[in-house]
Amino acid sequence: MSDNKLPSGHTRIDSLEMRGITKRFPGVLANNKVDFEVHAGEVHALLGENGAGKSTLMKILYGLYGQDEGDIILNGKKIKIDSPTDAINHGIGMIHQHFMLVETLTVAENVALGMPSSRGFLTDLDRVSERILELGKIYGLEIDPSAYIWQLSVGQQQRVEIIKALYRGAALLILDEPTAVLTPQEVKEFFVIMRQMVADGHALIFISHKLHEIMDICDRVTVLRDGELVGTKIIKEITKSELANWMVGREVSMTRELVDVELGPARLEVKGLCADSNRGTPAVRDFTLNVHSGEILGVAGISGNGQKELAEAITGLREVTGGSVLLEGEDITHCRPGEVTERMLSYIPEERMRDGMIKDFSIAENMILREHHKSPFAEKGFLMLKTIAKHSDQLIDRFRVKTPSRDTKAGTLSGGNIQKVVLAREISRQPRVLIAAQPTRGLDVGATEYVHAQLLEQRANGTAIMMISEDLDEVMALSDRIAVICEGELIGIVPRDEATPEKLGLMMAGVNPEEEAASAAR
Amino acid sequence: MSEIFSASVIISILTSGIRLATPYLYAAIGETFSQRSGVLNLGVEGQMLLGAFVSFYVVFKTENLWLGLLSAIIVGALMGLAMAFVTVNLQAEQGISGIGFYLFGLGMSDLLFKMLLGTVETVKGFSVVPIPILSKIPVIGEIFFNQNVLVYVAFLLVPIAWFVLNKTTLGLNIRSVGENPEAADSVGVSVVKIRYFTIILGGILSGVAGASMSIALLNVFQQNMTSGLGFIAVALVYFGAWRAWGVLAGALLFSMVQAIQLRIQIIDSISLSPDIAVMMPYILTIIVLVASVSRVRAPSALTKPFDRGE
Repeated sequence: MSDNKLPSGHTRIDSLEMRGITKRFPGVLANNKVDFEVHAGEVHALLGENGAGKSTLMKILYGLYGQDEGDIILNGKKIKIDSPTDAINHGIGMIHQHFMLVETLTVAENVALGMPSSRGFLTDLDRVSERILELGKIYGLEIDPSAYIWQLSVGQQQRVEIIKALYRGAALLILDEPTAVLTPQEVKEFFVIMRQMVADGHALIFISHKLHEIMDICDRVTVLRDGELVGTKIIKEITKSELANWMVGREVSMTRELVDVELGPARLEVKGLCADSNRGTPAVRDFTLNVHSGEILGVAGISGNGQKELAEAITGLREVTGGSVLLEGEDITHCRPGEVTERMLSYIPEERMRDGMIKDFSIAENMILREHHKSPFAEKGFLMLKTIAKHSDQLIDRFRVKTPSRDTKAGTLSGGNIQKVVLAREISRQPRVLIAAQPTRGLDVGATEYVHAQLLEQRANGTAIMMISEDLDEVMALSDRIAVICEGELIGIVPRDEATPEKLGLMMAGVNPEEEAASAAR
Repeated sequence: MSEIFSASVIISILTSGIRLATPYLYAAIGETFSQRSGVLNLGVEGQMLLGAFVSFYVVFKTENLWLGLLSAIIVGALMGLAMAFVTVNLQAEQGISGIGFYLFGLGMSDLLFKMLLGTVETVKGFSVVPIPILSKIPVIGEIFFNQNVLVYVAFLLVPIAWFVLNKTTLGLNIRSVGENPEAADSVGVSVVKIRYFTIILGGILSGVAGASMSIALLNVFQQNMTSGLGFIAVALVYFGAWRAWGVLAGALLFSMVQAIQLRIQIIDSISLSPDIAVMMPYILTIIVLVASVSRVRAPSALTKPFDRGE
């Protein structure tokens, strides 16, 4: 093996430079003269808030967008990347945030897709499978080449993505928020793989919002803000809070303060609740818990373990197949969503773009949904446009929604502002119970801080809050108690001061440490 | 009543059932390709009608069957090209644009018929080519190996389509484009090229389906002679769960029912209104589609235009 070869047999990328990259979209300067550089054997973090231009920059590098100005220089030579195929041929691979896998195909078929076959127009899946196993051995990425993607866990699917890139000879890998969908254990395993790849001479670009991960795994960090380069630093020379302030451009508080609130009566009682998934298989199984006035009950779990179905079953959006739901003592188990709303339950759905608002409606219209048919927004069937306008202006002001006007279509706002619109609507009606599903998913540090502050204010006002989240940091920072769900079952409820990431991580994988200890003692 | 169950009647029903499956097979196999790549082509019927007229007219004028077939292929390809431009580049709603292409084919074939022919004419179409040895096998030989060339090709298309879709890189590309075009695009598979290919292939096969009626099975051209057969072919793709062998099963089911109803019409001892007999394939379409609903998942990207979002 010569010096510039990787264990996969492909040529190393010693250095890659992006110089003075500018990219304009209609009305937006997404990247303004950005410089970025990465070399073999390092993990280089790309950090920035939503809309800072990280994705645009990486899509240019991967050939999905063309830059308006600027050069890409590989191993000292200027290159042109017009398509993903060009990028792949230069040894650049990308692991997208949303996996680019075809669910109905096998691992081998996904890896072979788009690659020339050794048998001409016939597929050579047996050879591809051999190579997958070979690469798996080298990098510790074991996977069954004949498995279908839909059969695999999220962590396994990510391995397929990595193998896909390695199979294509990637020497440089762009990792777009790779840990967003993983459990803490999976993140650890993933970091082991990353370290191995770096040690072997790969260059890795790591895009993430999670500061502690960047501190943990990266060698250098480049920060973008509003499409402009803020700077590049060596990780060892910067602290986590400095990094946060640098990214946002102002002081950010990393800790959340939970004021003492007197615990009220149980407002939401879930008893032995069962519900099915869209496929008709049981998704929520015999789920029991209470949420009291003045507390945030966090529901932690790995994505797709029944969280969505749980929230929908409680809010009347999904048929309940067993058990009951009580809201302030009243049975709402089989109530329609409208009836549940009437009883002052608010819901911030996980898919806010799809379930939380109507994209083609204005912000003002979106802000009165749920209450739009009632006084003061409607009288005798007519919309009270002045009242609606005043109401939305107040909310835009109070919740600091960044928008040209109240008549702007909600769908054109950024993710953080859309969430503020949903939050404003759900909170301003002063709910008795609030269910918030993934309230800060995809939001940047600044917007997250704001949403958290609002949730804490509701808690102080005595609202019973159930917060479903896959982000362990968030759950641990905000919750009074943490319920862990796995495969639709409640694994256990841990009080705030007893919760550790390790313990919750184990529970998220379906293991209850207390039960384990009890059975070990027996 | 006993007449319908005699051996010779059953053999002749089966023989004509195999023959009648031909247009279904061409159209539905073509549609399978376009749907597997994520494009619903509802214009099949229109493509068939134009293919049927053009090939008939060419044969009527030149008496050259192969030239007639070639002209149907060209017309089908052009219709497919137009459909591809509208659905892939302009990203039009596929159901509506498909109906547009159907109406175009219906009206255009009718107009050309009135302008160029005026009355119903007949031609000498593809004649029966018995396959040596095989056609001598009792019963089976008569049913399967005493057909015209277009019938043989239609049945050969089934294993070919299966092979292409499942064993070639082209097939892998088509399937992935129909399931997750973003993923295909991200590894350098051109969604545009693949969809152009499948839609044009679908157009060609629809044109041939029309030709198989006008210059091989019936050897006449009449206005709206396909009478909904193209739409049944689209339904067959759903029935066949987007698989070549499933499409074959569906095509045979329909063609056999059609063969039976044709036979019933000419048997005096059964007093069934011919109108009701003619309805049978259509009623069967509805029943079959209701029964086959959600049995197998459709390609995820079916009817969804692809836009890279730049």
